[in-house]
Formats: sequence, structure tokens, C-alpha cells
Amino acid sequence: MSEPTGSFARFAPAERLVHRLVAILMGSCLITAAILYNGSIMMAVGHRHVVETIHVWSGLALPVPMIAGALSAAYRSDVRRLNRFTPADWQWLRSRTRRDDTIPVGKFNAGQKINAWLVAGSTGVLLGTGAVMYWTGLVRLSWRSGATFVHDWFALGLGLLVIGHIVYAIRDPEARRGMRTGRVARHWARVEHGAWAEEIQDQSNS
Amino acid sequence: MGADPDGAPVGRRVVLGLFGLGAVGIVTGSKIQGGLSELLAPVQLRDPTGFTALVPLGNTWRYYSVTGSVTPRDATSYALTVSGLVDRPTTYRLADLEALPQTAFTDTFQCVTGWHVPDVPWTGVRLAGLLDAAAPTAEAVGVRFHSFDGTYSVNMTLDQARADDVIVALSMYGAPVTHDHGGPVRIYSGSMYGYKSTKWLSEIEVTPNNEPGYWEDRGYPLDGFIGE
Repeated sequence: MSEPTGSFARFAPAERLVHRLVAILMGSCLITAAILYNGSIMMAVGHRHVVETIHVWSGLALPVPMIAGALSAAYRSDVRRLNRFTPADWQWLRSRTRRDDTIPVGKFNAGQKINAWLVAGSTGVLLGTGAVMYWTGLVRLSWRSGATFVHDWFALGLGLLVIGHIVYAIRDPEARRGMRTGRVARHWARVEHGAWAEEIQDQSNS
Repeated sequence: MGADPDGAPVGRRVVLGLFGLGAVGIVTGSKIQGGLSELLAPVQLRDPTGFTALVPLGNTWRYYSVTGSVTPRDATSYALTVSGLVDRPTTYRLADLEALPQTAFTDTFQCVTGWHVPDVPWTGVRLAGLLDAAAPTAEAVGVRFHSFDGTYSVNMTLDQARADDVIVALSMYGAPVTHDHGGPVRIYSGSMYGYKSTKWLSEIEVTPNNEPGYWEDRGYPLDGFIGE
């Protein structure tokens, strides 16, 4: 039976490490982005080359933990879960009463799945467009202008996703505990991720 | 713990979709931005809330400073020196520069990283005139612009500096150049990327060479002509 009583293992140490590294690098990217983009903040902070260097290296490093996580079987398994959308996920997204526990939710709900991939895809796009802007000899000027346009809007979108992610985390201490300690209360798992809780229960019974 | 691999691989599709959107955006973004800019420019110039400067709508200015805060200078504290390999070193107060013949034209401010602001009305003193007045010696090859931020400087060759569209700019959009734009006096070079247009100009030094400047030491081309 599961130990300690009353909780389920949710995230492996490797996954929590990836999360922590991504959080630090993402925070660094977003804070430096705000300085580089906003004129008032830039004029107060100055030192553009230093800020730019931190931004560029944080951005280049950001995908590294995301990809290196694949060395962990638990991370690979969760990426597979995030990738797959079941008919219940579509139903969950369309439902106005999605939190009432009638639609079965696996280890991740459909919103978490969408968020994960929007973040991953946006990170890739920001990496590509950022490279084009930073190494100015790579493509012609009009494409650099296009890359700046794309970089601006994706950064804004990603910033909003991260803020949303933090707001949801603030509202749910048990979800935060899951990422901090790796374990969550059974009761929480049954309410928030009923199908996942059942799945674990079945495994430990068989 | 068995993963549930049933269901459509939507995650992968989301990522590929975003990559496609990004690629299309790189190729067409400049045009889209231009269109947005034309629609929004009248609003942005008169936006009292500053909201339009927070979101990347249209072609907005980005303000650069390479040092900490720069102490503003005004008509009483400002001075511009033309020095170096010249027969007649000269110092101009702001009023002296304003009293000289002014050149006005409308041109794009283009940053090497891609962003640009089209149709900016500039007014100022043609640099060629200031150089002629100072009379560069026979050994003179280049011109180094120094900023009163204490750090920034950049070069042009003497020939480049004498081009018609290189001015010591005193006004933008029909008003004195603001501090954030590098005022009260900055360089504006219409054919070159923004890093050649020194902000907070304090000294024009005529030099025996054409050394790389601040951003050129950090990778940008020495001849900063737009499109090269």
C-alpha cells in the first residue's frame, strides 16, 4: 500500500528539478524582457548590454532542462500524458461546469495540457526569432523586423500564460505541495484528478 | 504507473502550429506591423494613457541606454564640442546650434535588430557644416561621436559623416528631442542603423582612423548601412 498514508506520489525528483530550473530561467527571461521592452523601465535601469546578455543566455538555456528532462522515465511518461487528448478532454474544455467532477480527469486536466504545449511551442518560437534578432547576419532585414514582431507578441502571450499559471498555483496550496514535495493528498487527487486517483488505486490493488 | 497513450496527439499539433505561425510571422510580420502602424499611429501619438506603448501594436519606439541613469542636460548645461584633428576646435551651446541653418526631413529610424519607426520628422544642423567650420586637418579620416552618458561612442568615416542625411538633431516630431530619445541633441543618420545615431551627443572628435564603437565592439558591422 502507498506510503505515507493519505498521499499519492505525483512528481518525481527529476520533474521537480526541471520545473525549478525552468521557473528560474523563465523568470529571468520575463523580467529582462520587461526591462528591454518598456521604455520607462529601460531608462531607469539602463545597462542595456548587460540586461540583453542575461536575457539572451537565459533564453538559450531555457529549453535545456525541458529537453534534458527526457532522461527521466517519469518525465517522459508525463509528457506522453500531456500530449494525448481524449474525447473527455474536449468535453472538459467546452463544459461550463468542468470542476464538478462529472467529467473524468486524468493526471492532467485539458487546460494543463494546452498550457504545457503553448508554453513549449512559444518557447521554441521565441528561441528561433530571438536568434534571428541577436545574430543580425542570419537573415535579411525585413525578416528581422518580422522576427521582432513575432517575438513581441509571443513574449506577451507567454508572459500571460505564466501569470495565469502562477495565479492558479496561488489558489491551490495542495497543487503547490505536489510540485514542492512530489506528493499530494489522496482527497485532493480524487477531487481534482479523479481518473488518475482511480488508476493509482487500481494499480496498488492488483 | 502506465501512461494513457490513447487520444489524439494534440500537444504535438499545438507545437507544430505555433512553429508554423512563427515562421509565417517572420516572413510577413514586417508588412503586418506596417499596416497596424498606419492604422494606429494617429492614436499612439495622442495616447495620454501610455497603454499603446505597453503592447507591441504597430511600430513603437524602443528606448536604449547602455549605462545607468543619464543626468539630463538643458539649454544652460548643454555644450557640444567639435575637437580632435581640426584647425578650429569649437564649442556650441544649445542656442548656438539653434541659431545655425536647420535641415528638416522625414525618415525612418531603423534598428539593426529589426524594429523601426517610419516617417519621423527630424530637424537639425547638417554635420557636414559643423565639420567644415572646424576644418579637419589632412590626417583626418574618421569622426567619433561621444555621449554625455559617459560610455557610448561610435565612429563614422569623414565621408560618411558628411552625407546629406547626417544631422546633429535638435528636434523630432516638431518638438525638441526629449531626454529619452537622446536629447537635447543627438545624431540622426538616415541611411544607417540606429546605433550610428549617438544619443546625448556631447563631443564630435575628428580622428586619424575609423575605430569600432560601442555596439560594434559587441558584434555589429562597422559600416552600419541599412539593409547590409
